[in-house]
Amino acid sequence: MANDDPVTEGGSRSSHPSRRLFNIAAAGAAASWVMTSCGPKRLYEAPKARLQTLIGELERKYHDQYGKDVQVSDADAIPGVQFAYALDISRCIGCRRCVYACVAENNQSREPQIQWIRVLQMDKDKGVDLSHANPYYQPEQVPEEGHFYMPVGCQHCENSPCTKVCPTGATWAEKDGIVVIDYDWCIGCRYCMAACPYGARHFNWTEPTIPTAELNPNMHYLGNRPRTKGVVEKCTFCIQRARAGRYPACVEVCPVGARKFGNILDASSEIRYIIEHKRILVLKEELNTVPRFFYFYAT
Amino acid sequence: MQHENSGNIIRLFSGFIRGSLKLILRGNRAYWLWLAFLGALIVSGALAYTAQVRTGLGLTAMRDQVSWGFYIGNFTFLVGVAAAAVVLVIPAYIYDWKPIREIVIYGELLAISAITMCLMFVLVDIGRPDRFWHLIPPFGHLNFPRSILAWDVMVLNLYFIVNFVVATHILYRAYHGKHYIKKLVVPLVLLSVPMAVGIHTVTAFLYNGLAARPYWNSSILAPQFLASAFCSGPAILLVVLQLLRRFTRFEIRDAAIWKIAELMAYAMFLNLFLHGAEAFKEFYSNTQHLLFTRYWYFGIGTHHTLVPYAWSAVGLNLLAFGLFISPHTRRNWITLNIGCLATYAGVYIEKGMGLIIPGLTPDALGEIYEYYPTMTELRVAAGIFAVGFLLFTLMLKVAVPISLGEFHDTEGAEGSAQPRGSAVGEKAYSRA
Repeated sequence: MANDDPVTEGGSRSSHPSRRLFNIAAAGAAASWVMTSCGPKRLYEAPKARLQTLIGELERKYHDQYGKDVQVSDADAIPGVQFAYALDISRCIGCRRCVYACVAENNQSREPQIQWIRVLQMDKDKGVDLSHANPYYQPEQVPEEGHFYMPVGCQHCENSPCTKVCPTGATWAEKDGIVVIDYDWCIGCRYCMAACPYGARHFNWTEPTIPTAELNPNMHYLGNRPRTKGVVEKCTFCIQRARAGRYPACVEVCPVGARKFGNILDASSEIRYIIEHKRILVLKEELNTVPRFFYFYAT
Repeated sequence: MQHENSGNIIRLFSGFIRGSLKLILRGNRAYWLWLAFLGALIVSGALAYTAQVRTGLGLTAMRDQVSWGFYIGNFTFLVGVAAAAVVLVIPAYIYDWKPIREIVIYGELLAISAITMCLMFVLVDIGRPDRFWHLIPPFGHLNFPRSILAWDVMVLNLYFIVNFVVATHILYRAYHGKHYIKKLVVPLVLLSVPMAVGIHTVTAFLYNGLAARPYWNSSILAPQFLASAFCSGPAILLVVLQLLRRFTRFEIRDAAIWKIAELMAYAMFLNLFLHGAEAFKEFYSNTQHLLFTRYWYFGIGTHHTLVPYAWSAVGLNLLAFGLFISPHTRRNWITLNIGCLATYAGVYIEKGMGLIIPGLTPDALGEIYEYYPTMTELRVAAGIFAVGFLLFTLMLKVAVPISLGEFHDTEGAEGSAQPRGSAVGEKAYSRA
């Protein structure tokens, strides 16, 4: 159409169509190379060197923002470690200390309030029945007669529906089984929240706020670093602690020792013992999500 | 024709643009009032959206429990409208049924407007609209083929492009007094048929694939989506076509309108039947999964915000079915239009309120959070609809005179100075 007649004045400068095509292609390739190599990238595929510069930038950014020195770890999964979690339903007293320890450790927004753990109060005569669960129980004293408690957070599924549906690949399972989110890549479409059968994912509906004094400066780039509004967040098994050989904050704070955590590949670990010897309950087992989070009855 | 070098093409194209602008700027009082009305809605929506971007999606009624709401409901509804062009394309091209063939182009223009609205509804729903490019390779990363949302992004954009190319090509050629290039148009039109089915199927799978939400996790969802889409899309078109032949010289045969109304009756029957099948399974088996359906139709305990919507949708759909199935009422202009409005409203309620919200109520852990859209959501949604209607109005303003042979090239290609029969559908304006 356009070049039926190549010997026109306008067409003489770049007369050869293939050359023009080549120029366009080259310019396009150069532009996309610039965009892909210089622009922000998914942390999932960032090489270690680039990760280190990014982490330096993050530390400076948080320092300026909160006026406080912070350390952002980029610790990788430890080879030979597969994390798993177990929670003793017969011991939990529903005190919610885990909820608030988690908020403090993981820099969740105080206003609006975001909590990664939801403790459900259930009736002993109904058993584990979500349609009769009450997350808003507020008695003078716990535990209440006739009730038991079931804290629910991210189950770190092996077959995780949330990572499957993410359109940008902003969430994935790490080699040690921890399901993480790249807060800088998440577009906030909330498809993962619709896909999660455990209500474990939380969205920053407005700008999160954390008082400087309460900011936990020990961070991990895939874990408890501050989030922005418009992105999704959730439990990471306290990745900043777990990969440094420590217990998650909820395990440490639990006054009755209902929470157990460890490396399932270590045959002598407590978690391994529980899974092998106790009566285990997997929440919504029929969905085949294969959680790394087990409920059990020790007594 | 003679030599067309690039200079000439540009001249032709700028002539087309200038002419179109002139057409758009010419209109009677009603036209300008309509534009002013849409403009006001757009401004209001833009202001509401600005506030939402500044404060966050907290200005909506969505929360962690009901994390999708009115925006995604509207998105789903409009995917159906966009898919409806296919209802017209199938008989037009496969059976070569001429009365409908003349109006296919308007179905395509409607599809373009609807997809534009769809993409806008997705954009206003995401928490970080500034990062939308994270979806676009090679700059971003599209989780294809694992994420159904990635599929949806692809099919919606492809569908948009196909319809856009076909519609603009036909109109541009007609403007220059030439028939469209068959080798280009026919394959694309034929492709758009499976694609229309595809966009709505993929959108249904978006919800269908989530085992966490039993209300959506039912294989009836995709067929039911299609059935309802084949009602709502033509409902809009029927009204538009009647307006067109009233206010322009454009001739649309009664037979075409009645045929579409008849097809809508069958689609509505299917829609009602599939709803019934789903309701039977839920209520008769009476498992815990019934909660969601119960919340929609009867409410749970003191929570019954959606119940009036549920029954109005059922009532409107039944009414529409009754009016379209009887030849008497579908050939009576008053009852026909009541049927169109009932269809549109019924399907809109069913998709806008009845699909997303009950799917998420009660939430994954059994909590009931009663969602009802806030003013921000209503204003943003009205603004997006206004953008869609504005786009559709302006496209019609140019497309109708072209198909009538009133608006054509006077300076460009030779031999087209005389008004000629429309090349859109053969002889659109010769009265039958």
